[in-house]
Amino acid sequence: MSEVIKVGMADLKVCKSPDSITTLGLGSCVGIALRDPVTKVGGLAHIMLPDSTQIRNNSNIPKFADTGIEELVKQMTAQGANSTRLVAKIAGGAQMFAFSGRNELVRVGDRNVEATRKKLAELKIPILAEDTGLNYGRTVVFFPENGDFLIKAVGKEEVII
Amino acid sequence: MAKLDLEHVSKEYFDVLKELGNIGAGNATTALAQMLQCKVDMKVPQVRLLDFKDVGEAMGGEEQIMAGVYLLVEGDIAGSIMFLCEEKAAHHLVGKLMGVEAGEGDTFSEIELSALKEIGNIITGAYLNSLSSLTQMKIIPSIPDLSIDMAGAILSVPAIEFGVMGDKILLIQTQFTDEIDIDGFFILMPDLESYDKLLGSLGL
Repeated sequence: MSEVIKVGMADLKVCKSPDSITTLGLGSCVGIALRDPVTKVGGLAHIMLPDSTQIRNNSNIPKFADTGIEELVKQMTAQGANSTRLVAKIAGGAQMFAFSGRNELVRVGDRNVEATRKKLAELKIPILAEDTGLNYGRTVVFFPENGDFLIKAVGKEEVII
Repeated sequence: MAKLDLEHVSKEYFDVLKELGNIGAGNATTALAQMLQCKVDMKVPQVRLLDFKDVGEAMGGEEQIMAGVYLLVEGDIAGSIMFLCEEKAAHHLVGKLMGVEAGEGDTFSEIELSALKEIGNIITGAYLNSLSSLTQMKIIPSIPDLSIDMAGAILSVPAIEFGVMGDKILLIQTQFTDEIDIDGFFILMPDLESYDKLLGSLGL
C-alpha cells in the first residue's frame, strides 16, 4: 500500500516511491519538489520566506527558501538520493491580494520564487517545470515514482507538470 | 528590542490580547447587526496563539474554501488585519445584505464580490475602531482587498507576516448567529513595535 505523506506550512518531508507527498493550499509560499530519478527518493519543502539571513528569529529551518532547500537535500541524501542527480519542480508563490507595492511583504510570493530559483541554481539542481505566480492557491501532490507533480486549484482543471 | 515576543507571551499580555479580541469582535458583531438590520448573537470569542501548521485545521482544513478580506493598517501602528469566513457564510451574508437569495459554490458575481468587500470593510472597521478608542491611537485602514480561495492559501499571507517575527499566529475566532451559524475569524497583524505600542498604551 502506498501512503500519502503530508507536509505542513514551514515544513519538509522525504519519501520514497511508491509513496507520494503532498502539501495543501500553497498561497504565497512555495512548494519545492526534489527527486533523484535513479533511487526514486523524493522530497517536498513548503517554504514561507525567501531568506533566513534577513530575519533575526531564523531557527525554523524549513521556513526559509535557502535553509529549507539545503535541509531537504541533506535529508534526501541520507535516504539514499545522490545530490548530483537531483531535479526540481516548483509551484506556488502566488500574490493572493492585489495591493500594489505598498508593502514589501505583498510581493513575497515573487520573492519566494526568485529565492528558490537562486538556491536551486547554486546547488546545480535543474528546474524541470514550474507553476508559479498569479493570484490563486494551489494544492500539490508529488510522485517520486515518475516525477509527476499534480497541481489542484479552486475552479480550475487539475494539471500535471 | 521589542518587549513582546509571540513565542513567549506572558499570561498577563495574553489576557490583554484576548480582551482586545473580545471587545473588537463584539463591536464587529454590532456593526454586522446594523448592516443586516437583524439581531445577531455572538458567542464569546476564542483567542488562540497557534503554530502555523495548526491554523488551517482550526478553520476546517487547509482546503476549506474561504472568503478573506485583507486591509493594511497605518497611523500610530503599522500592520494589517484580515477577516475570514467560510464561502457558504459569505454567500449568506451577501444575499442578506443585497436582499436576494444566497448564491452557491466558489463563484461570486462582481456585485457580490464588492458587497463582500464592503461587509469585510465594515466588520474590520468596527474592530479597529474599538481598538483605536481603547488605546487612544490613530488607526487608519486601507481599502479592503478580497480573496476567495483555499484557507491555507489565504492564510499564507498573515502567516508570512507573522513568520517574520516568529512561528505562531494570533487567531481570534468568533461565532455569529443570525439564521445560520457563521464562524468568523480575525487575524490582527501589527508589527512587533506596534504590539508594544498597543500594550504600552494600556499601561503594560
